[in-house]
Amino acid sequence: MKKRSLLLSALALGSLATLAYAQTPALKKGLKITLLPKNINNPYNVIQTGGGAAAGKETGAVVKVVGPSDAGASSQVSYINTAIAQRQDALILAANDANALLPYLARAKASGMKIVTMDSDTAVSGRTLFINQANSEGIGRAQVQLLGKLIGYKGDIAVLSATPNATNQNTWIKWMQEELKLPKYKDMKLVKIAYGNDDDQKSFTEMQGLIQAYPNLKGVISPTTVGISAGARYLSTSPSKGKVMLTGLGTPNQMRAFVKDGTVTAFQLWNPADVGYLATYAAAALVSGQISGKQGEKFKAGKLGEYTIGKNGEIIVGPPYTFDKANIDKFDF
Amino acid sequence: MKTLRNLPGWETTLALLVIVALLGGGLLSRDFLTTQNLSFLTANFSEILLMALTMTLLVIVAEIDLSVASILGLCSAVLGVLFAAGVPMPLAILASFVAGGLAGLLNGLLVTRLGLPSLAVTIGTLALYRGLAFVLLGDRAVAEFPQAYTNFGFGTVPGTLIPIPIALGVALAILTAVILHATPFGRSLYAIGANEVAARFSGLRVERTKLLLFVMSGLMSALAGVVYTFRFASARGDNAAGFELGVIAAVLLGGVSIFGGRGSVVGAVLAVFLIGLINGALTIVDVSNEILTIVTGLLLIGSVLVPNLVARVQTARQRRTSREATVSP
Repeated sequence: MKKRSLLLSALALGSLATLAYAQTPALKKGLKITLLPKNINNPYNVIQTGGGAAAGKETGAVVKVVGPSDAGASSQVSYINTAIAQRQDALILAANDANALLPYLARAKASGMKIVTMDSDTAVSGRTLFINQANSEGIGRAQVQLLGKLIGYKGDIAVLSATPNATNQNTWIKWMQEELKLPKYKDMKLVKIAYGNDDDQKSFTEMQGLIQAYPNLKGVISPTTVGISAGARYLSTSPSKGKVMLTGLGTPNQMRAFVKDGTVTAFQLWNPADVGYLATYAAAALVSGQISGKQGEKFKAGKLGEYTIGKNGEIIVGPPYTFDKANIDKFDF
Repeated sequence: MKTLRNLPGWETTLALLVIVALLGGGLLSRDFLTTQNLSFLTANFSEILLMALTMTLLVIVAEIDLSVASILGLCSAVLGVLFAAGVPMPLAILASFVAGGLAGLLNGLLVTRLGLPSLAVTIGTLALYRGLAFVLLGDRAVAEFPQAYTNFGFGTVPGTLIPIPIALGVALAILTAVILHATPFGRSLYAIGANEVAARFSGLRVERTKLLLFVMSGLMSALAGVVYTFRFASARGDNAAGFELGVIAAVLLGGVSIFGGRGSVVGAVLAVFLIGLINGALTIVDVSNEILTIVTGLLLIGSVLVPNLVARVQTARQRRTSREATVSP
């Protein structure tokens, strides 16, 4: 008797589970999705929309990339209108202006189109989801994790930032300091935060100053594209090359030479292809009814795995992407 | 032979081309000839339409105003800055018209008082006014306008899908056409454009007329600036950058002679619609932006070439007919 009820309840649970599974609708095939980057022919955007097109192939969606050749405020409007006229199922855009597009996006929404922004958001009312490359906590922590790995979790470290009042830089630095409190970093000491003011010459001089002032310096994090390249330029001709590790946020084209000559082992930024890829999966999931855009809803995004919708419809692609000798030649931006 | 002698005017040809563009677009994409799409499309060239009206008058007197889009940007910036500073909207709008009028006045004074060519003057003020717009707003944007105003830029005439700015443009086009084609003032513009010296000798006040036209051009650019600002709910220094080319392309394709003295408002308006429809049709079939730019360039060249060729053929025919008339008894 007992055994039987157990078996029955197991069966019931099982069927419930299948029911729950069946309730998640599959991704619809043949969806019409318009990808509208800030402007076309910009290498960064080409990689980004390439990721979107790849996701389109996987999901069986027809992904179309259109866009203006200039990144003016209103240049995207006619493309939004065209997408409405073409009865596209979803529109993915990197907005050139947070507000100029709102009335047009409202019209697109009213026509039944799903709106997803990536990289550059509109006001929350303009879209259902925003695909953000990375969040501040993820960037700050990942930078320390990378440097820790590069210097064997030992020695003095410094930060070469932009300006003392740059909000994004300061938030990242705050999260770097949080990460450094973890026990595995007990032998790493943050000795100085220097400011290069996002000026090439000043950053160059600051890097020089850091190396001279701190003989035990083992690593520098420069979470700004200006700082990291100026720092690398100084380091590449200094005796500290290969002894002091420099990492931070930079673009592959800027850093390629320094990675190849051994000045820099690894640095980070996001992979634009992943941003476009995730945006396309998110749009397809929205149209297919897998998600509605509410916080906490989950969906699968192919090779990137499962994602959860955060506050205000924001989805974070993940920790920053690490570029090194092995992968840098796959990127051109 | 009579039909050949009365070659269809350029306006008729343009009207036919507009119909061809409409049908062609419809053939290319079933989404093209929907009222909704045409409504979106036409709204998109409302500022060009407005500015093309006063540009027509200027080109007829053999002048040009390259600074129109910069004045638009300046007026948009004035509107945005004042509104952001708490100035009531009607006053902010009034101020942007004052700014547009003054910008036009400066153009006019430089041309008429100093005798400088308007092409050179307005290339200069094109940069000057755009620069002033950036001084006012920087790379900032003012966006939170009251909905009653953005509705004016974004909305359609109640009960129809005709965008309000286009309705406004067509109304002003009719007014401009009446002024140009049915008043002594309008006729004086053709006289000035055809032969300025003769016009001066016959007592026309050439300088005053030109000054007035430049001020009108400034005021019209201000109106276009207000429309643009509300249509996109965004006042920015770079608003409508580069639009002057679209305006001039339309006026020239409309058959207004770059050398002055010839042209009509109807032609210019039809040309605005023609260029807009061609662009719209190519966009909806996803023709890339580069090709769109090339097409606009070709239209611009064609706009100078074709009306001139037509005019030449016409004069040649007329000459032949008059010769025939003298030969035959």
